[in-house]
Amino acid sequence: MADTLLYGLMAEFTSTDALVSAAERVHQEGYTRIDALTPIPVHGLAEAMGYDDRRIQKMILAGGLFGCAAGLGLQLHVNLIGWNINIGGVYLSGYPLNVGGRPLVSLPAFIIPTFELTILFAALTAVIGTLALCGFPEPYHPVFNVKRFRERGSTDGMFLCVEAEDPKFDAAKTRDFLKGLGARGVYDVEP
Amino acid sequence: MSSPNPSPPPTIPVLGPGHNYASITDKISDIVLQFRAPIRWFLGFVVGFTLLQGLLLAIYMLLFKGVGVWGINIPVGWGFDIINFVWWIGIGHAGTLISAILLLFRQQWRTSINRAAEAMTLFAVACALLFPIFHTGRPWLAAYWLLPYPNTMGVWPQFRSPLIWDVFAVSTYGTVSALFWFTGLIPDLATMRDRARTRVGQVIYGALALGWRGSARHWQIYETAYLILAGLSTPLVLSVHTVVSFDFAVSLLPGWHATIFPPYFVAGAIYSGFAMVLTLLIPMRSIYGLQDMITLRHLENMAKIMLVTGLIVFYGYMMEAFFAWYSANEFEKYMIYNRTTGPYWYMYWTLIFCNGFVPQLLWFKRIRLNVGILFLISIIVNIGMWLERYVIIVTSLHRDFLPSSWGMYQGSRYDWSFYLGTMGLFLTLFYLFIRVLPMIAMFEMRMLLPGGGNTPKDSH
Repeated sequence: MADTLLYGLMAEFTSTDALVSAAERVHQEGYTRIDALTPIPVHGLAEAMGYDDRRIQKMILAGGLFGCAAGLGLQLHVNLIGWNINIGGVYLSGYPLNVGGRPLVSLPAFIIPTFELTILFAALTAVIGTLALCGFPEPYHPVFNVKRFRERGSTDGMFLCVEAEDPKFDAAKTRDFLKGLGARGVYDVEP
Repeated sequence: MSSPNPSPPPTIPVLGPGHNYASITDKISDIVLQFRAPIRWFLGFVVGFTLLQGLLLAIYMLLFKGVGVWGINIPVGWGFDIINFVWWIGIGHAGTLISAILLLFRQQWRTSINRAAEAMTLFAVACALLFPIFHTGRPWLAAYWLLPYPNTMGVWPQFRSPLIWDVFAVSTYGTVSALFWFTGLIPDLATMRDRARTRVGQVIYGALALGWRGSARHWQIYETAYLILAGLSTPLVLSVHTVVSFDFAVSLLPGWHATIFPPYFVAGAIYSGFAMVLTLLIPMRSIYGLQDMITLRHLENMAKIMLVTGLIVFYGYMMEAFFAWYSANEFEKYMIYNRTTGPYWYMYWTLIFCNGFVPQLLWFKRIRLNVGILFLISIIVNIGMWLERYVIIVTSLHRDFLPSSWGMYQGSRYDWSFYLGTMGLFLTLFYLFIRVLPMIAMFEMRMLLPGGGNTPKDSH
């Protein structure tokens, strides 16, 4: 293990292009615990570091399908289950309504609540899933110990962070390597 | 790199010249963090807050005395409550159209207006929801009338009723709008956290930013989720006013029972919503000197959408009249005869003036670029769209099938107090929003700059 006093090293670049090519080089060099921090989404940056996270799409699909099943299931349950089900004091009986002889399962009418719940659950999954995959809410993170990052990281600073946990990490060598990539400055990240 | 731009260069840019990442961030965040509120902000807030007291009074009287304080009667059982509900919900639609549909169409000009428009959507939906909740007279019981949950009485809502569809559509719309708005705010809240000078500001913005640090891995997930949210909101927003129109169209009342209602209502919603966006943003860009971010191009494009949707709405009016004649149905014919020449004729013709003739001015580029006239047109359109709902609801109801059940309707003072009060609530919330949150999406504005967001290898 490398330097235990450091969370890692953070290099600042002056443009998104410089950051993407630096991230590519760091990734090719064999570093695995790296991250780029930018005030705007930079297309191709995560891919340049070898990250290709496609879990959120599947989560949203699952959420939408669940909402669809729940919406239709609720209406079928309410309209078909005429008998009493008492589970620990909670009545789960339905309430079939026959108004004007319409079929108990009126699918055209049931489409709308089903559709709305599909959207509702998919959207909830999208937001909660994003927060979960990002690990939010995250009250503390070492990168905020870098003064320069606090000042510019959410305005116009482009940063690349290599963690000390990385098997290839060596404080001196990694620092020189990052400087060699054209970094404007390299900062220590305290844990 | 040197390949010619396939689209002709727009005459007015979406962002004024001379900006970089820092200047955009400074300009937008300083409105909240640095400037003391300008006097005109206070004026707007005071107007809104004063009107808001009318809402409190109206709610107090309603709960104390019951729905009898309203002007509703038999046959006009639906009055201001549903008129205002539909009006407010419609206004909300522009926010979702700007934030979701224009995002999917990659319209860059949406960027500086989407945040404020989404906020407008949220506040408009909040105002709208007050009406169905309070029209029950006993809103503390509304949960069991409206929402499906297992209860000791063993009863459930009637899922074949358009009113229950409405509950699902509007509550989903409100929730998804809030989620979409908050998700869009997260990176900007992180900027506010980093730039806040006071400890209180740092803690509040920091807590709301959830720890956002702009990690590339987070951006990847975030952008995917945001795009999918836009894709989900698009059919949702079209469904909401469709379902609202079902409240009328599924009934058997002449004047309501029309298949043109869903598209005509959706177009009307977008039309009135863009009018409200203009009503709000034209003063706002002047108060805060944002003319280089909310440019004439934005105003012109919004005016064009108003023109298109206004024409669809006008087509709807003409079709209502045409089918009243073509159907050869006595009641339908009487309905349109009564609308145009009956006791509410002046409302109908004012409506045709506001929504049929005034928007035709927007054909002219000189008018689309004249901020003062545009503001005036936006107010007229807001009035016109309110009258549209008044005409549809009141004139269809007040002449029942039998002349013995005919009646007249007029909003009572508490109806007006409630209605103006929701405008107060809306203005109060909107003015508070621009005081505490960045009203323009900073990270999206940064992406408008050359090179921002796209590497040469991966330019979309």
